[in-house]
Amino acid sequence: MQHSDYSEKVMDHFNHPRNMGEIQNPDGASQVGNPTCGDMMQIHIKVEDGIIREAKFKTFGCVAAIATSSISTEMIIGKTLEEAEKLTNDAVAQALDGLPPHKRHCSVLAAEAIQAAIQNYREHALGGAK
Amino acid sequence: MNRIVYLDHAASTRPYPEVIEALQPFFLEHFGNPSSFHVFGTVPKKAIEQARAEMADLINAKPEEILFTASGTEANNLAVKGVAMAMEKKGKHIITSAIEHYGVHHSCKMMEKSDFEITYLPVDEYGMVDPDEVGRAIRKDTILVSVMLANHEVGTIQPIRKIAEITREKKITLHADARMAVGHIPVDVEALGVDLLTISGLHFYGPKGSGALFIRKGTRIQPLIHGGVQEQGRRAGTEDVPAIVGLGKAAVMAKERIPGEMKRIAALRDKLEKGLVGQIDELKVNGHPEKRLPGFLNVCVRYVEGEGMIMMLVSKGIMAASGSACSSKALKASHVLTAMGVDHATAQGSLLFSLGRETTEEDIDYVIAEMPPIIKRLRMMSPIYPGNRS
Ligand code: FES
Repeated sequence: MQHSDYSEKVMDHFNHPRNMGEIQNPDGASQVGNPTCGDMMQIHIKVEDGIIREAKFKTFGCVAAIATSSISTEMIIGKTLEEAEKLTNDAVAQALDGLPPHKRHCSVLAAEAIQAAIQNYREHALGGAK
Repeated sequence: MNRIVYLDHAASTRPYPEVIEALQPFFLEHFGNPSSFHVFGTVPKKAIEQARAEMADLINAKPEEILFTASGTEANNLAVKGVAMAMEKKGKHIITSAIEHYGVHHSCKMMEKSDFEITYLPVDEYGMVDPDEVGRAIRKDTILVSVMLANHEVGTIQPIRKIAEITREKKITLHADARMAVGHIPVDVEALGVDLLTISGLHFYGPKGSGALFIRKGTRIQPLIHGGVQEQGRRAGTEDVPAIVGLGKAAVMAKERIPGEMKRIAALRDKLEKGLVGQIDELKVNGHPEKRLPGFLNVCVRYVEGEGMIMMLVSKGIMAASGSACSSKALKASHVLTAMGVDHATAQGSLLFSLGRETTEEDIDYVIAEMPPIIKRLRMMSPIYPGNRS
């Protein structure tokens, strides 16, 4: 009864999103919009010793957008900032066993949101806000 | 999952078993070509003419004014392009609405490439065309006005009769795409005053591949498909007899049932609307409050996206549709909602329930019970839902 366009992995992350929510006083936060369809993704991270200890997401978007945000939080937790930064949309899509072609841009959004959150953390850290 | 609630009748309807029964013999038994003079041609030929009379009867037309097509989309193409080609000596201006189905919309776009000028009339917040706007848009070179009888997404029923008063006075051909209306509400071409009217079988419990265009006697129109002299020379190609017979049967069934079904389905729709509005905050109901097809309920649930809602509904066995950008392959929000002034973010939460002959009260109760938790879950995930901020 599911729509065949999506892999089982996508549906699993959509139906059981990991790390959904917000972090109180996050070390880094981002909210990026999707220029293609006008959707929104928010990422919060907690950083300790240059390692991402916690990541949470909230997404206003399609099934693929929710699934990509969910899996990318999983993929960056426990990673150094440098490693996390290198997360590409291709890697995210691959981890989900692929995305339909017209849904590729949703995974771009996830990678961007993570980079923006890291960027935000660095600005805070450098600026001495933390 | 056990319960299946099909609320996507705007996409396709399950044919009446009687329709399938009626068309079945025309595959194996009466396979002959209606144009053949021998006995194998006689039965299908007669069946086509009977179906023509049945289809005509449903919309108060004369049988010779019914031209069978393979779909409502083909009928729409024929109406727009056929009139444009037949009338281009007189003028190259067409008036249509901003909320037409793609069959009309893209046919108009196509004619723009042949130097036709198209006026796309705006609609109000309910998706209604103002007949006065039609009057104001008419020029000396206007040859066709094409406005749908009822919209395929929000169900708003247009003031076609009023528009016809204007087009008749100016002697301009009027086409109405009635694919969503025929078989669901009374449609009378005489009362409406239209010259052309589109019919689609799959939308009222007929077979796929069946459609028709009502062409009022005296209306000038060029065929799109050339070849033999089937359909009075206006559409070549051996007739799809099973589809035509099925369409005729669907028309007969509809005529009997419309009065009762209209009331029954509208009551269920109203119940669904009340139930959802009562339980889900910031839910916008789209379409005209009264002048709306009985089976249509189009809503926008703010702060969530349609594809996600559809998927969660599917997992509960509920089949509906959405006009959100994300749920469309083109990644564009519904042009109908956009024309009605619905902003992009709100349109993302669009959801269309379209009820039909099999919809029961239990179905509606089930949807009313299942919807709120789904919306709650998706809103919890939404960074723009204000209720999340504490
Ligand atoms: S977020 Fe809009 S298509 Fe994926």
